[in-house]
Order: sequence, then C-alpha cells, then structure tokens
Amino acid sequence: MQSIEQIRDLIVARFPGAEVTVIQNPGPAAQHSLLLGHAQARDIALFLRDEPSLKLDFCSNATGVDWPEKEIVETTKVKVAQPDGTEKLVEQKTKRLQPGYLEAVYHLYSMALKHGPVVIRLRTGNRTDAVSLPSLTPVWRSCEFQEREIFDLFGIVFEGHPDLRRILMWDEFKDHPMRKDYVEPDDYEWEPTPHDAVLTKAKGHYPAPGSTANAEGGM
Amino acid sequence: MQNEPTSSAPGLAGTPANSSFDILHSPLGSPQQGASVREVNDPFHGDLLEVSMGPHHPSTHGVFRMVATLDGEIIVKLKPVFGYLHRNHEKLGENTTYLASMPYTDRLDYLAGMTNNWAYALAVEKLSGQVATERAEYVRVIVGEMMRIVNHCCLVGFLFNDLGTSFTPLLYAFREREKFLDLFEELTGTRMMYNYQRFGGCRVDPTPEWLAKAKALIDGFPRFLDEYEQFLTGNEIMLARTQGVGRLSPELAINAGITGPVLRATGVGYDIRKVDGYGVYPRFDFRVPIGDHGDTYDRYMMRILEMRESVKILQQAFRDLPAGPIIDPKAKNRGLRPKAGEAYGRIEGPKGEIGFYLISDGSTNPYRYRVRPPSFINLTVLEDMCLGHSVADAVVILGSIDIVLGEVDR
Repeated sequence: MQSIEQIRDLIVARFPGAEVTVIQNPGPAAQHSLLLGHAQARDIALFLRDEPSLKLDFCSNATGVDWPEKEIVETTKVKVAQPDGTEKLVEQKTKRLQPGYLEAVYHLYSMALKHGPVVIRLRTGNRTDAVSLPSLTPVWRSCEFQEREIFDLFGIVFEGHPDLRRILMWDEFKDHPMRKDYVEPDDYEWEPTPHDAVLTKAKGHYPAPGSTANAEGGM
Repeated sequence: MQNEPTSSAPGLAGTPANSSFDILHSPLGSPQQGASVREVNDPFHGDLLEVSMGPHHPSTHGVFRMVATLDGEIIVKLKPVFGYLHRNHEKLGENTTYLASMPYTDRLDYLAGMTNNWAYALAVEKLSGQVATERAEYVRVIVGEMMRIVNHCCLVGFLFNDLGTSFTPLLYAFREREKFLDLFEELTGTRMMYNYQRFGGCRVDPTPEWLAKAKALIDGFPRFLDEYEQFLTGNEIMLARTQGVGRLSPELAINAGITGPVLRATGVGYDIRKVDGYGVYPRFDFRVPIGDHGDTYDRYMMRILEMRESVKILQQAFRDLPAGPIIDPKAKNRGLRPKAGEAYGRIEGPKGEIGFYLISDGSTNPYRYRVRPPSFINLTVLEDMCLGHSVADAVVILGSIDIVLGEVDR
C-alpha cells in the first residue's frame, strides 16, 4: 500500500487545491492520518473508495474525539538589556489559548485489496456553534449508526446523514456525555452507607443531623 | 412505505427551534413510547400496522427493540432501537488506567470475553510498543479459538430457539459449552469474566494437566458436532425456514462494514486472522469458510464450519505450543504510560471485527478509548435483510446476526 504522503499526493493530483494535511502519529503504531477540509471531504472519500489503486471500500471504525480549548504556556528566552550595559537572558512566558474543536476519525480498509488502515479526520470549527461536518454515510453505509453515535455522545451534526437522531441516549436527553467537560446531572438516590464521592453528594441533598431542617421534619 | 411522521406523534410538534441541536427533535425521531401497537394512517397502503417488538421479548436476545411497520404480516419498515444497557463504557475507559479497563472489556460481549481481552491487549501493545511472548501468543490462540467455539455453540442453540425448537438444541449446545467454561474457570478463576490477557502476555500459565484436558475436549468435539449436525443441518423445517431468508448482497455487506460470519456468508473471503495475520495465526493451516447466498442458512453453516476450522487450529496449537515465559518479564502493565500517540488494533472476534482505538496523551489513562463493536455495526443492515419477510422470519434473521446487547449498547 502507498504511504500516507503518496495518498495525499494522489488526492491533491485529483482535486487541485483540496485541503489535505498529513497528521503524524508520534507513537509506535505509526498510523498516520489525513486531515480533510470540509468542502471536498465527501468527494475525496468517494475517490478513496473507488480509486483502483486504493479501493478503500470498508470503513471499519468511525468515532469522535473531543479536544477542548487549552492554554498553552510557551517559554522563550529573551535578551534584556541591563542597566550596566550588558545583556541578560530572561525567560519570558507567553500564554496562548488553543481553540477547541471536535474531531471525527474514520479508519478505512480495503476488502478488495486487503490493505489498510488509512485514517482520515475531519475537524469542526469549534465546540459550540460550528459543530457540523459533512456526513460520510452516503459513501460508506457503515457510518450510519456510528455517526449517529458520534452525534449522540459528542454533538457533531453530520450534514447529509439520512437519519440523524440519538442512538444510545434517549431522545429527550440534552447533553453530550463523551465531551470532556460533561458534568453528570446531580441526581442522587438515598444510600444507607454513602462513602467518598457519594457521601459528598449526599451531604448536598440531605440536611446535616441536628440542623433545624432536620428537627422540623423529624420527631 | 411509511416515511412521513404521523401528526399524532406527541412531543415532537411544538418543540422550539432555538439551537443548532434541534435536529434532535427531527421529525424522524424514534417511534413513540406508550401503546405498543398503533395504526399508521396511509391511504395508499391498506392497513399498515406499527408493532414494537421488545425491549422485553424472548426473541430479541436482551433488551433490544424492533419497531416494525407491517403490511399484513410482511415487514415494510423496521427500525432497531437500543441503548437500554448503555453505561458509557468508553467514558469509564477514559477515567481508569489502561490495565483497569481490562476487566471492563469482558462485559462488552459477555459471551466471548476472551477475545475482547485479546483485542484490547493487542491495541495497547500497539500503542505502547510492547510485544507478547511466543508462548503467550499460542495460549491466546488456544483460548481465543475455544471462545469462538463457545460463542458459535450459543449462537446455533439460540438460533434454533428462535426457529421454534424449544430448548432441545440449545441445551445440547450448552452442555458442550459448560465443559469449556469449566476449563476457563480452572484457568482464570471465572466462568465468563476472564480478565486473562495482559499487555505483553497472559495472566497465568496453563498447566500441563489443563492443556491435556483441553486437548481431550477438543479431540472429542468433532464427534459432538457430527451428532449435532445430523439432527439439525438437514432438518426439513430448518431448511424451509432459513434458505433464502434474509439475503444480504456482498456489495451491501462490504459497504455497510459487516464483518465476521455474516460477511463471509455473502461470499466475501475477509478474515482478519488471514488479512492482518496478527499473533501467530500465519503459522496455522486453516481455511476460511465462505457462503454462496448470504441467507440465514449460510450464516448458520458458517458457524458450524468455523467451529470445525477452530478445532483444526487448536490441534495445531496444542501440538506446537512452545515453552517459555507466559508474559514478558519486562512488560509494563501497572502504571503504564504510553508515549503520546494513537493506535487502532483489531482482531477477528467470533462476531466480527472487534477493535479498540486508543489515543494516549502520555498519562496513565487513555485520552480516548473507543470500542469498535461488531454486533452494533452488523445491525446496520437488519432492516435491509428483513424487508419483505414476515415477523417470524425477522426473529430468525436477528438471531442469525448474533448480537450481544452488552456490546451493542456499551
């Protein structure tokens, strides 16, 4: 099978000007991936599926990843002129806010040529209002349930999905539980022996012994 | 076909459109709770009836619901509904260390815990650059193929239950399964929740006595299979109820990501044991059974033939099992901190491709832990296979896909 750079060159040769970036995987698995722009993502996916030298006809795994915004502290050494005329190296810390985004990851294999995986990724603009991505279900039907699951658990809206609704959580559920900043609802059921985190939670739900609220409610 | 939502659907109309997530309340929302049978008003078809089968129904193999729209007794639309067992397994995986997720993986497909363990161990080994010892790879093949036999025994038994032969074939299959579970119990301490694989090897070394017992069991297994098949495979009712029922085309199967025996029944020879050649599988001589028609009968035969191939693999594994450590002495399990990166590892489970996708940020917990569940994805084509068949056939088709809700819902 071609290397990921060769696949990128194939795509760029077929779609001049397409946004395709190779994302290196520094780990030992060395499964590198291609980051696709939204505009031509579905055309590129079709091309990957039908191109005779690739024939990635089997989209095995589709999943989401949440990358919340994070503060990156960069330390640089700057020369500062001292009053006595010399220069001194001083560490300067700059804080930079890396914007957050949601990511959909697809693992493609070829059943015809028996090679793979080729990993492609799509990224949303942010995590709040620009959360839509082109759906790849029209290209690979195997994404149908998996994209519904990503929508359910991460909140990525797939444009062009034939039946996008929640799949694991119930329809009335509001949040997206796989997001990193998900807070579980503060529901508590009485337990005879609360401990650790449950005890902390219980304290928020029941008045402490001897408090007035307890005296009024009790005997 | 009934595609438009009925205006009587409560809770859908009048939802304020105030956020980008209103697609949640799209008119295609899942059929309503409440009355389990209601009429669908459609002037172009006679009386279409919407029937909700499940979630508590003996034929659905767990808490699984099929919302079927019927024209007479013929299914014209069918939507699977699940999530009743959802406990966000993937979030649990993100909140525990790599090793602590191992026992959780048993609870995915609880009829085949050993292969779940194996797939997870393989993915973490890929992520952290570890390699299992040679003896461990052979032991993995032994327990993995035994697991496949156990799983297929269960499936065939339950399939005949769905066909209406109340419990006799199932109990024959369970009698054999019991012997395997006894062996697993002796080896790992538990009958179903094994927690047996480790990164770089396996937890305990099988003793020579255990291996002898296992070998004797495997040597006697083809005789049971012959006897079992004599009763079932040529059975007239079985043939009438399964041949030509629930056909799946190879093109759709590939496009829909179907894997395992369901895919191979359509005639696509894709077995990850051969394609990836993970572990020591390239050293074994075995064949991959392939079907012709992609119908329920072929899916049944795939399981029977795969059990016979598993016996062949097991006999070779018992013969060639090398001595040596069961786990790499330098293997890192506790406090494992893989370098930042990601890995996708997959194996051929009894139900299809079971894979784990892990992203590490260099800490003790995975940043992202994803399970690629074969029975979840194989359900994608349930509607396509059921259209045009009767409700009784839908039960058999579902049974032949082989789902476990612990894995579908995660």
